[in-house]
Amino acid sequence: MAQIELRQVEKRFGDFQAVQPIDLTIEDGEFVVLLGPSGCGKTTTLRMISGLEAVSGGKIFIGDRDVTWRDPADRDIAFVFQLYALYPHMTVEKNIIFPLEAEKASKEVIQSRLKHVVDLLQIKHILRQKPGSLSGGDKQRVALGRALVRKPSVFLMDEPLGALDADFRETMRAEIRKLHIAENATTVYVTHDQVEAMAMGDRIVVMSDAVVQQVGTPHDVYYDPSNLFVARFIGSPGMNLVEGAYSDGMVHLPGDNQYDVPDRWRPALEKHLSGENVILGFRPEGAHANETGELSAEVYASDLHGAFNMMHVALEEENVDAVVHIRGERGSGHEIGDDIRFNLDSEMVRFFDPVTEQAILLEATS
Amino acid sequence: MSSFEETGPSTPVTEGIRVDKVKPRARLGKRVRALIVVIVAIILLVPVAVMVMTAFKSRSDVVSVPPKVLFEPTVEGLVFLLTERSQMGEAALQEAMANTEDLNLFERVALENGQRINGPSDFLRRLRNSIIIAFGATIASVTLGLFAAYGFSRFEVPGANDLLFFILSGRMLPAVVVTIPIFLMYRQLGLHDTHAGMILVYTVFNLSLTVWLLKGFIDEIPKEYEEAAMVDGYSRFQAFYKIVVPQAATGIAATTVFSLIFVWNEYAFALMLTSENARTAPPAIATMLGRGGIEWSAIAAGTLAFLIPVLIVIFAMRKHLLRGVTFGAIRQ
Repeated sequence: MAQIELRQVEKRFGDFQAVQPIDLTIEDGEFVVLLGPSGCGKTTTLRMISGLEAVSGGKIFIGDRDVTWRDPADRDIAFVFQLYALYPHMTVEKNIIFPLEAEKASKEVIQSRLKHVVDLLQIKHILRQKPGSLSGGDKQRVALGRALVRKPSVFLMDEPLGALDADFRETMRAEIRKLHIAENATTVYVTHDQVEAMAMGDRIVVMSDAVVQQVGTPHDVYYDPSNLFVARFIGSPGMNLVEGAYSDGMVHLPGDNQYDVPDRWRPALEKHLSGENVILGFRPEGAHANETGELSAEVYASDLHGAFNMMHVALEEENVDAVVHIRGERGSGHEIGDDIRFNLDSEMVRFFDPVTEQAILLEATS
Repeated sequence: MSSFEETGPSTPVTEGIRVDKVKPRARLGKRVRALIVVIVAIILLVPVAVMVMTAFKSRSDVVSVPPKVLFEPTVEGLVFLLTERSQMGEAALQEAMANTEDLNLFERVALENGQRINGPSDFLRRLRNSIIIAFGATIASVTLGLFAAYGFSRFEVPGANDLLFFILSGRMLPAVVVTIPIFLMYRQLGLHDTHAGMILVYTVFNLSLTVWLLKGFIDEIPKEYEEAAMVDGYSRFQAFYKIVVPQAATGIAATTVFSLIFVWNEYAFALMLTSENARTAPPAIATMLGRGGIEWSAIAAGTLAFLIPVLIVIFAMRKHLLRGVTFGAIRQ
């Protein structure tokens, strides 16, 4: 088990900066998810940790060792690939013990490790098969088995569930979590799926455009996104963001709506806003429909999400920037075209500076 | 069917009917295709059949018009191919005819043609040269080509495209054009009429083929396999021979066969660059045409013997030549 430390690690491909310098420490036994849209540099970062990609600058430590220029084989890591990369000409059993053969482990060690992994993943029945004949889930289990068998100090996983069917993904997600708890290995997990990241990560590193946008617990990135990108990217749908002019404790929103800013936020806004405008952010569940609500809008679409309705409402007609999504109770009786009034939960509102795109922090003033 | 119609929904019923209609047509198509394959195979095999028959025909049967399909097989061609003989005088012939009991099969066949066997011909040596040179050059060019192809496929080689084109250009001039300069060079270097010299020239000439062919095959192997092996504790070279080589087996087999066939059949270099010690079978068979009347049956027997080693190799590799054995494990 080991801690991973990245110091000013960056990657350039020619003139293209794939990863801007990153500083990141992943604690021993921690499950960290690198999350971001495709092309944001998350996989490149993972590959640099693994040694499959050379760094363009900076240093990487695993445990106390500087592994920046070590071969992947010397880093004591295991890598789970998105498309499994099981060796097609070997049986499942051969695939799993392949890393042990590299260490020239004794027969007894190989047998006991193999048994441990096979029992853990329940893959005894497929040991003699070749990977080509396996289902996606079984391939994934074998790939995990190959990673687990060596008891590496670090697990690196590159979208390991990306190629699975949606319903099966949930099962495997739980299995990987369970394995993490059982083995307590430091794990770095790359995904573009924010639901997966929220469900699995102890901490999430949100990346976009080669830059780390925020590092935090799932709770942090969901409730306190550090900037507009994270606010939009996390959540389904993302945070509602409406721009309005701020003056005297009021935000003037489209459609003649006025939002009365909670008292505790006012000093921070007045101190940190770089212009006149502010972006008001709130999660769909932070809005409550109410006959006497502060804000008014028109319902233009509503979809049933099982336990609740997601209502898409426009603060002002024909203004795409003024569309917000709010949760309604089932059977709340709001039809398309109805006017609706709602309040915002004062604990759930957040503010962003439209110029810097950064969140305005409450703590900064206290 | 009727009970199904009563109970089942309407769509599966129509599907059932459609399947019934498709099946016999598909079966018929299969038969037609098989028939076409058989016909094509027969057409292609006619020259081979003629060659095999000629090898076992007597002198008179070989040249008879129309050609005889049914004939009395003899080993005359084989005897002519493998022995050096001389014509016997009338008296010697009479004497030899008198006690044929002491003679072996070859001598008896020669005697029927009024000839005495003086010793073995050099055909077997030519065939052995062919085997040494063809296999040596094929192993060398496939091995070197495999390394080069892997390098071009996996690493950023500066000027890779120019280099690949340069390698290809080695094959652009026909062999005949370059034989004379190579002949002059070889004479100076002492490589003329040596096995090493022939292996060298064929290896160089074949490298362009093997590099290009193998690069295509290696490009198709996802690099994740090697990356997985490298993370699993193997060096790049170990990953190469434990993971890449087994998966490129199909490509390596195909390339080996192409390379082998080229070297095996090569005539121009062999004619110019060898004379006695390293002369291969193709020019040797051709020169048989010139000596004292054309012995067609001997030539056919020689060609037949010449065909067999390559057939054995292709037969041994047939499993690997079928594509798709190792594919399909990375995604589904």
